[in-house]
Amino acid sequence: MLEGRVWVFGDNIDTDAIIPACYLSTVEPRELAQHLMEGIKPDFPGVVQCGDILIAGSNFGCGSSREHAPLSIKGAGISCVIARSFARIFYRNSINIGLPILECPDDLSTLTSGVDRLQVNLDQGLITHIQTGCVYQAAPFPPFMQEIINCGGLVEYIKARLNSEAP
Amino acid sequence: MVEKILAAKAGKDKVLPGDLVNVRVDLALGNDITAPVAIKEFERFGLDRVFDPEKIVLVPDHFTPNKDIAAAEQAMVLRCFAEKHAIKHYYEVGRMGIEHALLPEQGLIWPGAVIIGADSHTCTYGALGAFATGVGSTDLAVAMAIGEAWFKVPATIRFEYNGLMPRWIGGKDLILLTIGRIGVEGARYRAMEFTGTAIEKLSMDGRMTMTNMAIEAGGKCGYVQPDQTTFDYLEGRVTQPYSAVYSDDDVVYEQTFSFDITDLEPQIAFPPSPDNVYPVSEAAGIEIQQVVIGSCTNGRIEDLRVAAAVIKGKKVHPRIRLLVIPATQRIYLQALEEGLLTAFIEAEAAVSTPTCGPCLGGHMGILARGEKALATTNRNFTGRMGHPESEVYLSGPAVAAASAIAGKIVHPEEVL
Repeated sequence: MLEGRVWVFGDNIDTDAIIPACYLSTVEPRELAQHLMEGIKPDFPGVVQCGDILIAGSNFGCGSSREHAPLSIKGAGISCVIARSFARIFYRNSINIGLPILECPDDLSTLTSGVDRLQVNLDQGLITHIQTGCVYQAAPFPPFMQEIINCGGLVEYIKARLNSEAP
Repeated sequence: MVEKILAAKAGKDKVLPGDLVNVRVDLALGNDITAPVAIKEFERFGLDRVFDPEKIVLVPDHFTPNKDIAAAEQAMVLRCFAEKHAIKHYYEVGRMGIEHALLPEQGLIWPGAVIIGADSHTCTYGALGAFATGVGSTDLAVAMAIGEAWFKVPATIRFEYNGLMPRWIGGKDLILLTIGRIGVEGARYRAMEFTGTAIEKLSMDGRMTMTNMAIEAGGKCGYVQPDQTTFDYLEGRVTQPYSAVYSDDDVVYEQTFSFDITDLEPQIAFPPSPDNVYPVSEAAGIEIQQVVIGSCTNGRIEDLRVAAAVIKGKKVHPRIRLLVIPATQRIYLQALEEGLLTAFIEAEAAVSTPTCGPCLGGHMGILARGEKALATTNRNFTGRMGHPESEVYLSGPAVAAASAIAGKIVHPEEVL
């Protein structure tokens, strides 16, 4: 069960906004996190705290394939991203690195950044607004993806598979 | 076509849209931005060898020739990994080109192949009838380790282009028109099939421009079914035996879009999104400070020929910086031999060695606060080419070249 403050972003947030290309000369999540969302909310790295939840509209993470985008979100300590929909490479990258993401058809854009708090049950996809008690339901993952998430990412999943196949 | 390719590589008789499949990949690609992350993940497997050193391609093309010390360190990670694992297709500076122009040129792409690349524009290779899609670094790490990747089988949307191709119109105009029509998530998770009489007549360079930007509509891949143009391109490049895969006659498309292009004007994507598309007449007169002709979208020989034909004998406007970046060494040499580079240099353009540099605001042509650029590249998101308050317009090479002469966005006819 996760709980945290929300930060609300709009539709079609692209990877250049999440982490501009000029910072891609590093692979360290914490270093990347210092520039998270710099393109659209320059003060974000200063205000985001460990455990916060990122809310977005449709097509979150469109644009480049840079895994630095979910890595920088993870590096900032964000516990979960909830969007109406995700761009496909961002979606698979997040699952592959074990960053919890949820697709929720409900409109969460009216939540107040830095004020409203959500509780998220990842297993059931249940999202509860702490202040109002409103409950939202996110789409469940197919079992195969849930297994990758349960393993903590694709590398761990494949390692477990290779171990079980080993003579 | 995509369903048939994925079924074959997953060892199944048939797959359907929505199915999750594990497929064998024929080629896995990384660059100097994405491969270092992949290599770090690969090391976690504790393996002493990659699955197949002939099926991995590493191209340092983004921040190279090394733009700073950090970029140099990243490039070194690539170089050391390539050396350690005897990666056959590692292309050092001087041999490298922009990956999505380089791989087809080097004969590494063939119809029916499954190619993944840790670069979103990997979808370019669908122009040759392959299933090719951009993935992340962890996917690349897993492919380097075991030669497999997981996919959700995409549904297919058909895009049909008919009519006579007007002068100055190329693949870029058709794909911008399409993205403008369906939006940046109009083909999210979908395969995009490009077809129609205009595509039949479109050159391979023009087709690659179109499939290249499938991702800008959210597409998983874009493709053109193999035809004589495809086989002519493959001739002398691909030595590996292959068999072309085609869509069945009874194929079900999720949706079909038709375009009559007979009266099409050159298209421009306004900032800050590739789907913010208008005909050039509505952009006429917008003043710009920089023009970039190059990238994996429009840095091929045909693009340079179109641009040189417009520019030859004229001068770049005194307020404009024109950067011309041939996408590969072979294209560079061909442009030199055809006199295209002379035309650019005499017009007072800067001609650069191959690099992705300015397209992603990496290096070689960063914009200052408030500046505007017109580029033949693929993305114009906020801050894409430099300062967050700079702006990028996208076009094909003819409009870009003409606008460099005029100092503002114009139709090519206006400078002739």
